[in-house]
Amino acid sequence: MAIPSYATRSERIWHYVFRGLCALIFLFLIGPLLIIIPLSFNAEPYFTFTREMLSFDPAGYSWRWYEDFFTSSRWLNSIKNSFIIGICSTLLATVLGTLAALGLSSRHMPARGLFMALLISPMIVPLIISAAAMFFFFSKIHLAQTYLGVILAHTVLGIPFVVITVTATLSSFDTTLIRAAHSLGASPQRTFFKVILPLVTPGVVSGALFAFITSFDEVVVVLFVAGPGQRTMPIQMWSGIREEISPTILAVATLLVILSILLLTTLELLRRRSERLRGMTPS
Amino acid sequence: MSSSVSSGELTTADGVPLKVSLRRAVRRSRLKALLLVAPLLLFLVIAFVMPIFDMLSRSVANTEIATHLSRTVAALEDWDPRSDELPEEPVYEALANDLAEGHENRAIGRLSSRLNYEKSGMRSAVMRSGMASRTMDPPYKEGLLEAHDAWGDLETWRLIKRESSPYTLSYYLAAIDKQYSPEGEIVDVADDRRIYQGLFWRTFWMSSVITLLTLVLGFPIAYLLANLPLRKSNLLMILVLLPFWTSLLVRTTTWIAILQSQGVLNDIMVVLGVIADDARWQMIHNKLGTIIAMTHILLPFMILPLYSVMKTIPPSYMHAARSLGGKPFLSFRRVYFPLTIPGIAAGAILVFILSIGYYITPALVGGQSGRFITNYIAYHMQTSLNWGLAAAIASILLFVVVVFYLVFNRLVGVDKVKLG
Repeated sequence: MAIPSYATRSERIWHYVFRGLCALIFLFLIGPLLIIIPLSFNAEPYFTFTREMLSFDPAGYSWRWYEDFFTSSRWLNSIKNSFIIGICSTLLATVLGTLAALGLSSRHMPARGLFMALLISPMIVPLIISAAAMFFFFSKIHLAQTYLGVILAHTVLGIPFVVITVTATLSSFDTTLIRAAHSLGASPQRTFFKVILPLVTPGVVSGALFAFITSFDEVVVVLFVAGPGQRTMPIQMWSGIREEISPTILAVATLLVILSILLLTTLELLRRRSERLRGMTPS
Repeated sequence: MSSSVSSGELTTADGVPLKVSLRRAVRRSRLKALLLVAPLLLFLVIAFVMPIFDMLSRSVANTEIATHLSRTVAALEDWDPRSDELPEEPVYEALANDLAEGHENRAIGRLSSRLNYEKSGMRSAVMRSGMASRTMDPPYKEGLLEAHDAWGDLETWRLIKRESSPYTLSYYLAAIDKQYSPEGEIVDVADDRRIYQGLFWRTFWMSSVITLLTLVLGFPIAYLLANLPLRKSNLLMILVLLPFWTSLLVRTTTWIAILQSQGVLNDIMVVLGVIADDARWQMIHNKLGTIIAMTHILLPFMILPLYSVMKTIPPSYMHAARSLGGKPFLSFRRVYFPLTIPGIAAGAILVFILSIGYYITPALVGGQSGRFITNYIAYHMQTSLNWGLAAAIASILLFVVVVFYLVFNRLVGVDKVKLG
């Protein structure tokens, strides 16, 4: 993207205009996420910067919304529910999805495209439709308003992510490595644990992280399938935004932004590790 | 070679013909692959496919009248809906019996709602007559006509006769602002009750605007990322992936904080003197709010497919075009741009599919004018409890999404979808 030496003057101007435009679009992407961080320390119950905040007066800032969050039994209970549902559905989706991905990556898998399209469909079908359908069906079989019902529903939503990431990892898996290990005298078990597993694990883990965050952030299905006993954190936020608008939501939002930064870092590290193991140049 | 072998066929060490052995091995590995997929497939069929089909069947199910007015329906067998005369006494007797029983086992509420969807006023007709029919003496015709004059209306009887079959299209008709006329023909509903066609169109055109905006904003970013050195582009990629990974509710909340009338943007404008304090911009709880927030939320879904396509375009193509005398804009338009079309198609279809099915963001920032069709599915599920209509609207939306999904699958291939 450096300016070539033969560039004309108007091209040089366009180059900087283009850079400026891109900077503005990046600001549009990331600015809104950054703006809530200072807002969550507001000492007043407003969603905007107060005069004290703008003049960097310490009195304008406070931890009160964080205190509110960590002392509210409703919020803490909803976090507990989110983790129970998130962890159970992630485990289930990861096991089922990884097995299926192994099958789908086999050279002899019949009707691969069809199966793939079906397994990915929960990601494409609008959530409100899945939610309505599951509500009707789960009510019939007495799964509505139970933990199991919500866990199964979130497993369905997490599965496409696991299938996509694990099949992507497996498709770039070099099978000659297995033969190399065998020819160097490794037993099949040793080959599995020392060669196959370390190469596949990053894909499985990032699939699991995708599934977890999907469940952790899901509102619509919980809104329909869950009962008052299974209020999750997104539901708590949803009703917070709709009913009593308080900056506690901004504190939660800030914590969630930090969570997503941690998650993104983990994924990036996993990706680098898997590239290094494959002997690719780290990018 | 094989002709030199005495049996005329190649065999494995234990004497099985090679062809047979290979076929057996392929069959075994095919079975193994299927067995690995089977648990997930079974799970999805039970927890996802069956619910969807259950919903589809609910959109045409019409059990209320056939079940709770079974005697009436049987007695109406001989009545001609085109005649200008009310049914005879036996029909009224059957109706009184049905209503009395419905009142007893509390099924009458569902029956009255079902009839009320078709003809307003039927709820009170059924409820009041249900109460009266418990103590009614013959002749029932007079008794029921006295209880409510809906029973003296030919339309009521034509309606019961028409909706007595176990399946109905009336929910689908209602979902596209149509209904049966008393004569049984399909006609438009009254102008002031038309909402769903408009909502479908609004959902589609707003989604198109959002798709177009994400394309306009996403294209330069994808181009920049694809053409920067890897070290820099990876760093900037984080700015795309972070919003992608951040909770949807967080991103919606932050737009509320920015756009509302006492929000950050309006405050800045007032401080800068661009607008007066009493003339703050209304940027949220309307179409504009939905479009801004959803463009922000869906932008990464446009950038990522565009980027992965642009990444594969060798920079030498543009150099060649330039060295052959193409002006920068012409080279871009004739050489680079056509090569990005697969990425544009993938991103646009993806964003459009996601957009028409969005519920949360339009519900929170859309107000009355920025709502999508999905918000009415939720309304009929949770508030009006007209589940048949909710299922019919959802089925129409599902059909549209599936069509686009198949196109997407054909053009891009779902297995090519990358996640960050």
